Amino acid sequence: MKQVKVLGPGCAKCKATYENVLEAIKQTGIEANVIKIEDLEEMMKYNVLTTPVLLIDEQAKVKGRIPSVQEITEFLKA
Amino acid sequence: MFNWLQAGADWLVYSAAGLAPESHLGAAVNFFVFDTLKIFILLFAITIVMGIVNSYIPIDRLRNFLSRNKLFGIEYVLASAFGVVTPFCSCSSVPLFIGFVKGGIPLGITFTYLITAPLVNEVAIAVFLGAFGLQVTAIYVGTGITLGILGGWMLGKMHLEKSLAPWVQEILAKAHEESELPPEHRPFSNRIREILREAAHTVRGIAIYVLIGIGIGAIMHGFLPTGFFEGYVTKGQWYSVPLVVLLGIPMYSNAAGVIPVVQVLVAKGIPLGTAIAFMMGVIGLSLPEALLLKKIMNWRLIAIYFSTIGAFMILSGYLFNFWF
Repeated sequence: MKQVKVLGPGCAKCKATYENVLEAIKQTGIEANVIKIEDLEEMMKYNVLTTPVLLIDEQAKVKGRIPSVQEITEFLKA
Repeated sequence: MFNWLQAGADWLVYSAAGLAPESHLGAAVNFFVFDTLKIFILLFAITIVMGIVNSYIPIDRLRNFLSRNKLFGIEYVLASAFGVVTPFCSCSSVPLFIGFVKGGIPLGITFTYLITAPLVNEVAIAVFLGAFGLQVTAIYVGTGITLGILGGWMLGKMHLEKSLAPWVQEILAKAHEESELPPEHRPFSNRIREILREAAHTVRGIAIYVLIGIGIGAIMHGFLPTGFFEGYVTKGQWYSVPLVVLLGIPMYSNAAGVIPVVQVLVAKGIPLGTAIAFMMGVIGLSLPEALLLKKIMNWRLIAIYFSTIGAFMILSGYLFNFWF
């Protein structure tokens, strides 16, 4: 099962990223565990500079922008 | 620059809708139509331009550059300029602040960034341009950058490391130059689509506040006589500048909507310096920001941070009232 993490302190962009992740999972039917990390201290362990960050299996895929549903779908399938 | 738009608004309101230009209602509706079009065109244009600039800034490299080089003060200017181009939202500036601390950038420089990031942002610039024109916008941006540089430098001199949250102090103690991730190679056509989408997202998020602000402004523009406020707020009142800065701090969520209202207040007699100080308070300092900062510093430092910046805002208010 894929481990997906969305890092961001609760701003509008982070919420949009989270929703896109959920949508991508729904569309593809891929089983994935999605966690939203809003705690700054926890977030900084990932060496974050710009939010939101999308991590898939602990690997940073996107930083500082909202990935589209299509883009996330490709990451999930990879 | 917007003469064509004014002509269009005039035609729409006076000819097509048939309102009399001399009437209160005609003046108000014309103001609303013209300002709405103008401000939204600028909002889209500027958020897109800033989005493009932002997309190409190599943040990792900038961080290492700032931590490696002693530049005789230029590093403060760079940090402040960087604060201008990063998006308006203190929730993205706080992680960046910690990232800077982690990379070994001196605290004063990171404060400069933290001050300028919310104070001078793409939304404020766009609405300022629409409401006040180029000159006042340039003054606002220039003051914001200067305030960030001076404020950060001063906070840096106060040795406030002990007032950071314990986990941030730990990061500070272990600060070292971080490795650079290779920059993302994505074609412009790919980036621009996202930039456009995010610009639309930003503008949609604040549209309602801007419309309400222009609406209130339009009513005042049409129905209040010129110089209406001259009797109430004058340059001579020493207390009006600090008072408006204090009033401005809790008004964050509608920052974008406040500017069009203040534009009319100035046109009707409120001194420009007082107005600029007020808008700086609204845009640059806010309660949600204080709550977010609480996660990285203690209340003492937040109080020092807010009062240092507040003091500079008040000072610039007095200065502009003196000049204009």
